[in-house]
Amino acid sequence: MKLIVAVVRPEKLSEVLEALFKAEVRGLTISRAQGHGGETEQVETYRGSTVKMELVDKVRLDIGVSDPFVEITVEAILRSARTGEVGDGKIFVLPVERAIRIRTGEEDLAAVTPAQ
Amino acid sequence: MPTPIPPPAINGADTAWMMAATALVLLMTPALAFFYGGLVRSKNALNTMMMSFAALAAVGLAWALAGYSLAFGDGGPLLGGVGHLLLRGVGLEAHGTLPHLLFMAYQGTFAIITAALISGAVVERMRFGPYVAFITLWSLAVYAPVCHWVWGGGWLGTLGAIDFAGGTVVHVNAGAAALVAAAVLGPRRDYGRQALLPHNVPFVLLGGALLWFGWFGFNAGSALAANATAGLAFTNTLLAPIATLAVWMALDRLRTRKTTAVGAATGIVVGLVAITPAAGYVGPMAALVLGAIAAFPSYYAILWRSRTRLDDSLDVTAAHGVGGLVGALLTGVLASAVWGGKDGLLAGNPGQLARQAAAVAATLLYSGTASFALLKLIGAFVPLRAERRQESLGLDVPQHGEEAYTSGEGAILVLPEPVTPAASPVPAAVAGAIGGAGGVAGGGVSRARAAGSRA
Repeated sequence: MKLIVAVVRPEKLSEVLEALFKAEVRGLTISRAQGHGGETEQVETYRGSTVKMELVDKVRLDIGVSDPFVEITVEAILRSARTGEVGDGKIFVLPVERAIRIRTGEEDLAAVTPAQ
Repeated sequence: MPTPIPPPAINGADTAWMMAATALVLLMTPALAFFYGGLVRSKNALNTMMMSFAALAAVGLAWALAGYSLAFGDGGPLLGGVGHLLLRGVGLEAHGTLPHLLFMAYQGTFAIITAALISGAVVERMRFGPYVAFITLWSLAVYAPVCHWVWGGGWLGTLGAIDFAGGTVVHVNAGAAALVAAAVLGPRRDYGRQALLPHNVPFVLLGGALLWFGWFGFNAGSALAANATAGLAFTNTLLAPIATLAVWMALDRLRTRKTTAVGAATGIVVGLVAITPAAGYVGPMAALVLGAIAAFPSYYAILWRSRTRLDDSLDVTAAHGVGGLVGALLTGVLASAVWGGKDGLLAGNPGQLARQAAAVAATLLYSGTASFALLKLIGAFVPLRAERRQESLGLDVPQHGEEAYTSGEGAILVLPEPVTPAASPVPAAVAGAIGGAGGVAGGGVSRARAAGSRA
């Protein structure tokens, strides 16, 4: 059982979600985030002020999966989130100590298996 | 808008009203910016709104330099003359009962909004430069001639087609150009694959409301006088959209059991478009009927269009093209000489309907063909579409270097180059110090700090 944390481009989110649903990865949480991954700064101008935007809008996905689903999930995100330009984001795979489904109290593997 | 003969002297009341009307019509272009801006995704909000604002600059300039002369200068049946190029001979003398230059200014606001209307068909993908080039050339090569045909003494006016405030000249004209532009540009990459939702529906309502307000100047001002005809056009501009809005809300409710706000704003605009050619020629009850009927074709055209591959993104063709066409034809049906214009079909003059149809067909044909040629011409020199990456990122940042909604987090002020040369280590340190003190970071050190603090 792992927690997969992925940071992707917001404009790629629809494709990522589509890929995940096709891979039958159903339970996930997303949050809007800002970050910096070494991409070239975008320069903006507001009247006399020129600014470099060091933080770029990103979307963070948190997905708890059972071990057999780890590779499937990672592959789906890799395929769908990549543009080849700097700033495509990262995927982290973290160990999970416990997982509990609130509705039923199911734990661990049962908790990350999609509800029927 | 026939020029009264013989020309009387300048009238104070007429001049006062027409100055107000000119300001009202000018307001419609920023109103359109809000209407269109609310309908696109937030990453394209500024680009979409700037497409309308840029028309103020580009088309306004073209109108003063050449457009007015081509539309209203003495010329032939197809095009005005060059007599008023650079506003030569446009001064304080009477044009009808108005100072000539006020007439020019009033007509200029029409040219601007007409060109800006087209932008709704190409939002979220067209590059800004080619867009500005297109609407500028379009205002000279398409708007000015069609305006001349109907209002400037050209062949459609001579034929007897009537268009009180621009159902054909403005709306059918812009609608045909929009259809062609959407087809030439091709659909947005996400079109038909993702839901492309309006990012600010209150903006859409605000834009719809301001358009209605401005439209009183558009229609009632087209009487070119503060007289009973202006009062009629004003009243009809109130009544027709009321009927369209009521029918539109009912259609929405019947179809989805919900009355939508975007639908309401659209219904108002369609009603305004439809009454435009008829405003000074039909009675108030006929205006209600016209407004009610006009809801149906546009409503179903929008539903049908969204199932096709034609990405006329903000439905300019369905709202303005179809609405203008229906209005122009219904003018030929409902017009009545009792109200000061000509008789239409119902008053026993079926020929008027035929003349209206001829005006619509000629405008569709010419505007469609010429718009296609202009886009191909510009496209031969520069790409019309933004690169794929820009399109997915949104056009605001790549095309304008701004964001519509930014928290300012992670924005680092780029300090001006120091005046003293060959002293790079010192200014860098100064920049860092300023960054630390003022909360505005600059230079490599503070950049690392900004990124690190959020890791």
